[in-house]
Amino acid sequence: MNYKIKALLLSAVCMGAGQLYNRQYGKGLLFLAVYVAGWYSLLNSLLGYVRGLITLGEQPSGMVKVGKLTKMVEGDHSIFMMIDGLIALLAILLLAGVYVLNLRDAYLTGAARERGEQPRSFAASLRELNRKHFAYLVLAIPGVAVLFLTILPIIFSVLLAFTNYADPILPPANLVDWVGFDNFLRMVNLKVWSSTFGGVLAWTLIWAVIATFTTYVGGVLVAVLIQQPGIRFKKLWRTVLIVPFAIPSMISLLVMRNLFNNQFGPVNSYLRSMGLDGIPWLTDPFWAKVTVILANMWLGIPVTMILAIGVLTTIPKDMYEAAEVDGAGAYQKFRLITLPMVLFATAPVLIMQFAGNINNFNVIYLLTGGEPVNANYQYAGHTDLLVTWLYKLALNQSQYSFASVIGIVIFLMVASFSIWSYRRTRSYREEDMIA
Amino acid sequence: MRRGTATTAKLSLSYLILIVLSLISLFPALWIVMSSFKVGNSLFSDTFIPRAFTFEHYINLFQNTRYPQWFLNTLKVAALSTIFGTFLLLLSSYAISRYRFVGRRTTLTTLLVLQMFPGFMAMIAIYVLLNTMGLLNSHWALVLVYSSGAMVTNVFVAKGFFDTIPRSLEDAARIDGASHLRLFFSIMIPLSRPMLTYAGLMIFNGCFVDFIFADLILRTEEQRTLAVGLYRMVSQRNSTEFTLFAAGAVLVALPVTMLFLFLQRFLVEGLTAGATKG
Repeated sequence: MNYKIKALLLSAVCMGAGQLYNRQYGKGLLFLAVYVAGWYSLLNSLLGYVRGLITLGEQPSGMVKVGKLTKMVEGDHSIFMMIDGLIALLAILLLAGVYVLNLRDAYLTGAARERGEQPRSFAASLRELNRKHFAYLVLAIPGVAVLFLTILPIIFSVLLAFTNYADPILPPANLVDWVGFDNFLRMVNLKVWSSTFGGVLAWTLIWAVIATFTTYVGGVLVAVLIQQPGIRFKKLWRTVLIVPFAIPSMISLLVMRNLFNNQFGPVNSYLRSMGLDGIPWLTDPFWAKVTVILANMWLGIPVTMILAIGVLTTIPKDMYEAAEVDGAGAYQKFRLITLPMVLFATAPVLIMQFAGNINNFNVIYLLTGGEPVNANYQYAGHTDLLVTWLYKLALNQSQYSFASVIGIVIFLMVASFSIWSYRRTRSYREEDMIA
Repeated sequence: MRRGTATTAKLSLSYLILIVLSLISLFPALWIVMSSFKVGNSLFSDTFIPRAFTFEHYINLFQNTRYPQWFLNTLKVAALSTIFGTFLLLLSSYAISRYRFVGRRTTLTTLLVLQMFPGFMAMIAIYVLLNTMGLLNSHWALVLVYSSGAMVTNVFVAKGFFDTIPRSLEDAARIDGASHLRLFFSIMIPLSRPMLTYAGLMIFNGCFVDFIFADLILRTEEQRTLAVGLYRMVSQRNSTEFTLFAAGAVLVALPVTMLFLFLQRFLVEGLTAGATKG
């Protein structure tokens, strides 16, 4: 008798039948229940939802003449249909996964029976699950949370980039449609969009380079300064200089916005009391850029400092002693020993910080809000980064599809940097060393 | 002899620079504390230390705004998110670090990719989802979003940490007959205290200061969190009630800053681990 082929075929026709044939009644009934429920929901609702995802609604809301009366008819809401369609797709994928598991199980148990083994009882199957597949059980809860709260929303946002969901086409009054790559083309070809996009992109890159560089160099220098032989109260200095990192950045940025206030802020009043003119810290395009970089240094230097101190304490002392014997001065010791060691150990962080700065929403949004306004830009100001522009487009201007296009651009930028760096970090490369 | 004076000069210069840097790093904090005790409500002040001190703004904050309520809301959301977030984080990073299962590589890559999307690109979708689930304007919605987000952002640090715990420990326990769960709760959790502290602190701080999601999800004033309330105070009333904002800012920053400084050791360890182990 060919148990495995028979069980496989039975399970292929009707989920659970193969298991029942294998005399695994508990498991078989469970699969059968999923099978029935699956078909029921598929025919009843899931397929309709998927159709909605494809059409994005056919019935706009509006006045419809019914006999002699005009009635307000609530039409399809494209955005809700999109989300429902996505959830339905996920459910279908899940059902397909269970189906494959059912086939595999029927086949394997059938094969075991051919070898003359007794099929496992339901309780034994559960024990086996706990023993061999513990990882899946543990990952199930976080997996579901991530699936619904992170993956699904991201897929939805990516899809938005291919629709015309932007003011004035807003549901429920209007129906949204798929437009393919139109938004991307418009971003590049249409003058209003392309000039803003180019300008904001350029500033984002300049900002990311300068912000990363200044905090990195500053942090390393401060660390070297504190760790110098002969400096006392090292712990005190470190604690004091870590304070900017300890204060919630949202608070310190709001405080700085007031510190740098042109008219009444203390920075300008000190400058004036020294007989200098006040500087338009937040209102002049150039100075606003300087201000955000200075504020970012204040926030970011402590982090690099902590990291660099960590590296510095691991550099063996005899290296410096050997260098001294060879007649190296302080500068040479720094350039030839300290810097290479620190750079080597913190290179991955440097790249991650660069990627992080591309997405540095808080500093810009809380300090300048992207202002001063640039008259040539579409809904953006002089200090706006791509992320803050995205935020404004989506939440203030309802230009959702364009916001999604920007999001995809940011993703592509960050992804290329991150993949490049992650491939170099230990935990990814030496992945299976501990297996 | 000449070498001696050169070192002294160098050291004095270093001390001078350190003092200047310390002043710069403390100045915003000192200034906002001073401002919160200042009489009147304007931003401008001709002296750094106010001429007269007053507690008026703190009293005002508790009597005329919903500050105490916001504080309780924030505490509730932050505490719950920290508990759920660290729980999810522990489960997932432990499983990824310790078990070799089909799809493990894919899980790692997916988590990596997810981190690269700008966080609030997904905001609109989350808004619609929460709306359909009827969770808008609820603190539980925030807790859900924060804890699952925290897991995605911290999972690599946590996994790196678990990777450093030697396997022989578990093998020994397993030989003694400990089950998966027993092993997890009586060996791995106690050992991962430093990492738990770091992750917990990061999540707690994140919830304390987020004003974007909270502003989107919480629609009414009595549901609001501190960060949203403070942000509105600054962005709407602007500098007319500056000292009130100052008092509010001090009260928000104080607990978090203290927590950070006291737990400095864990922070330093966590940051360093996250950096070198990826």
